[in-house]
Amino acid sequence: MLSPEDVQKVATLARLKLSEEELEQIGQQLGGILDYVAVLDEVDVSEVEPMAHVADVSNAFRADETRPSLPREKSLSNAPKTDGKYFLVPQILENA
Amino acid sequence: MDITGSTTGQLLDAMQDGTVSAVDVTQAYLDEISAHGETIGAFLSVNSEGSLAQAAEVDRKRSAGEALGKLAGLPVAVKDNICTKGLSTTCASRMLENFVPPYDAHVTTQLQSADAVIIGKANLDEFAMGSSTENSALKVTRNPWNTDHAPGGSSGGSAAAVGARLAPLGIGSDTGGSIRQPASFCGVVGMKPTYGRVSRYGLVAFASSLDQIGPFATDVTGTARLLESIAGYDARDSTSVDQPVPNYSATVDQPLEGLRVGVVSEFFGDGIDSDVDSSVRAAIDVYRSLGAEVSEVSLPHTKYAVATYYLIACSEASSNLARYDGVHYGRRAEQFENMIDMYAASRAEGFGPEVKRRIMLGVFALSEGYSDQYYLKALKVRRLIRNDFDTALENVDVLAGPTCPTPAFKIGELVDDPLQMYLSDICTISANLAGIPGVSVPAGFSSNALPIGLQLLAGPFEEEKLLRAARMFERETDWHTKRPTFS
Repeated sequence: MLSPEDVQKVATLARLKLSEEELEQIGQQLGGILDYVAVLDEVDVSEVEPMAHVADVSNAFRADETRPSLPREKSLSNAPKTDGKYFLVPQILENA
Repeated sequence: MDITGSTTGQLLDAMQDGTVSAVDVTQAYLDEISAHGETIGAFLSVNSEGSLAQAAEVDRKRSAGEALGKLAGLPVAVKDNICTKGLSTTCASRMLENFVPPYDAHVTTQLQSADAVIIGKANLDEFAMGSSTENSALKVTRNPWNTDHAPGGSSGGSAAAVGARLAPLGIGSDTGGSIRQPASFCGVVGMKPTYGRVSRYGLVAFASSLDQIGPFATDVTGTARLLESIAGYDARDSTSVDQPVPNYSATVDQPLEGLRVGVVSEFFGDGIDSDVDSSVRAAIDVYRSLGAEVSEVSLPHTKYAVATYYLIACSEASSNLARYDGVHYGRRAEQFENMIDMYAASRAEGFGPEVKRRIMLGVFALSEGYSDQYYLKALKVRRLIRNDFDTALENVDVLAGPTCPTPAFKIGELVDDPLQMYLSDICTISANLAGIPGVSVPAGFSSNALPIGLQLLAGPFEEEKLLRAARMFERETDWHTKRPTFS
């Protein structure tokens, strides 16, 4: 079972600002899901290599050459805040 | 001509011989969407003007004697997690409610070069996370066979659109059954191709090692035609596989001699609905009657598939969805204290409960001190699940079973019980973990008149065999010709 502190720690890592109510509910549901996935403990995987991917493809390289890319105005077209040249974010350095 | 009651083959023939124009076809579907669109709620946006313009261009090309693509004039409902340049692509999320992609997904480009008509963007569970489309933050989609029931998911909008004949073709994505399960629930054909068969470029990522784009149609032949139009190598997806694309629609009508069908015992386990059990067993008897050799096979690690899947899918999702930071695109909160708080507040506002739950599970499963126990363990069990398929497919050509243990559940029935909802994916998710292709074909109805799907699975890149096997069943039965009545 996850403690409320554990759940808050995960939310912080996930960059999710959750309400007290959400933390409690998600904490309970995660607890239930973790109890369920414990079924994997009965599988002996000591001799098994992890399988991150099924595709028989590795190192898909392309030639290192310049190609057309999205023009600036299109790249910025969905930005929540922009000055027409850059993505704008809140100030991150104090007294700057 | 009953345009919306026609198969894609009939529509292509009728446009070819001049009985109807492409504009007639698109207009007929737009009229159906106007009449019934809100009852079903399949579309998040309808591309009325654009689709008529695309259809008019098909008619112009035809009258000018120019070459036409394989899908010329056929409307397609495209799941709203696939980028369409200039047409909003929301993933059914508040996060992307106002997102208009500046580029097309590879699949979108393929549809356009096949002269298909993109008639609208279809509803889904938010970011494709769910099995009922109830996790859409923007719209409720209803099952055309009974509007109290869910259409399945996550590609519920595409499946419901094709089931309700609001479009003859649909495009979905399948991460754990998200094409096959709604196809089964809505009484249409839906196929998840082999991982790497269709480029994921421009598909909004959920779980990158599992996601695969695939077709919906009212019949197997339409499915084959749509698949051959979207499949193929694309350098922009580093997991795209460079293998030639067979002409599936040309061979789909050829029965397979000496077909060996393996019935997966684990797919008929506890919790299977008795109507589903009897319909799928009757479907397997159809193969027997056609001379196929039917045997029981076992996939012994099936009971671990749901746990393995949710650990891997959520881990990958937590990483993929880190990009929604309120900076480059998507929602930004109005109120925040600093940069970090802006991320956290924007994400809290933009994501719905299921997306938050999965990100939380994924972050936990990848976190320091837990990743060996959860994520790494799941990757190892994944290999055992793949090995099960490799072993089973040594002795049979295709595997058969139900697509889902039950017919469509009611809207609201499972929504408060995430684990129970996850368990409804038991028959579909192992194919994603193994990367193999699967198809769901209509195979009957429950006692309360809801569709039931037969699922067939085959080895990697054996789509041709799979489609031919599916067509063998379809031509002996008339389930795919049934249409729902709704008001």
